[in-house]
Amino acid sequence: MHCKGMRRRALKAAFPYTIPIFAGFWFLGLAYGIFMNVSGFGFWYPMLMSLTIFGGSLEFVAVTMLLGSFAPLQTLAMALILQARHLFYGIAMLEKYRGLGWKRFYLIFGLCDETFSINCTAEVPQGVDRGWFYFFVTLLNHLYWFSGSTIGGLVGSLLQFDTEGIGFVMTAMFTVIFLEQWRKEKRHDSSLLGLAVSAACLSVFGADSFIIPTMLCLLVLLTALRRPIERRCLMP
Amino acid sequence: MTPVEQLLTIALCVAGTMTTRFLPFLVFSDKRPTPRFVQYLGRALPGAVFGLLLVYCLRDVSFFSGTHGLPELAGIAVTALLHLWKRQMLLSIAGGTVFYMALIQLVC
Repeated sequence: MHCKGMRRRALKAAFPYTIPIFAGFWFLGLAYGIFMNVSGFGFWYPMLMSLTIFGGSLEFVAVTMLLGSFAPLQTLAMALILQARHLFYGIAMLEKYRGLGWKRFYLIFGLCDETFSINCTAEVPQGVDRGWFYFFVTLLNHLYWFSGSTIGGLVGSLLQFDTEGIGFVMTAMFTVIFLEQWRKEKRHDSSLLGLAVSAACLSVFGADSFIIPTMLCLLVLLTALRRPIERRCLMP
Repeated sequence: MTPVEQLLTIALCVAGTMTTRFLPFLVFSDKRPTPRFVQYLGRALPGAVFGLLLVYCLRDVSFFSGTHGLPELAGIAVTALLHLWKRQMLLSIAGGTVFYMALIQLVC
């Protein structure tokens, strides 16, 4: 019984954080399912892919790959490059996901952009189990994406869209999360570095290939600036 | 593509994704303490990564043609101001999004 109460409290604490993601994932998921539907795939494709890949940008690219000829190496390389940013999420969550038993496996499996953002910044309320809180954030986001994509695949072109611009909900969410992170920092070296390096790499390398150069530059800069950053920002 | 090739393509996407998600946790095990340098990265990276994600959302906005990214910047400004004022996550996100949608549907 105790365990049941603990889970319910964690679910109640986690749910409000995931509401914006529900809006964003249903919109993007529907769009993705519809895209697959009109590209000639049955609804079980978006259903299977949203369940197992659970990573929006790659799933959109995968539609194009599925329409082309079979190219296993290129597919794997594309997946690794598009998803490389998850390496950073893992490093940032090493300590938070430590010692959470069997839940840890699912938490790592479902560590997408949005889940990472919430679990990295949210302050788990007093009296709420951390492991279950992270678990429900991950599970709810996974369910939103899965259901949105599947429904999009089912109803496909029947839907009429006059919701232009609703995808901005993701930008707004990352703005808020950026601000929350900003409030927590004593100095903003890392946040400013992230903005500046990303913007610079975007303008140099273009929208399709700026992530990897950005990650490399950030690693080099954070390593080179370790001393001053640790002294200025991270000292307790 | 045959159905088997399609399944393989999907499986490779899963494999690539899961490699990037699991690798840090496999390299730095749950049982041994994480090296100091990696702990430092773990604390320094989130700020930088959220900056990257914000830019990532704007990657397809063209600042030198069309609306010059003004609706996006205005939407971000409204979101940020709402958040600095009330600090209610849902209100800031909903307000910014509705403002942006109204802007591009009615004005631009």
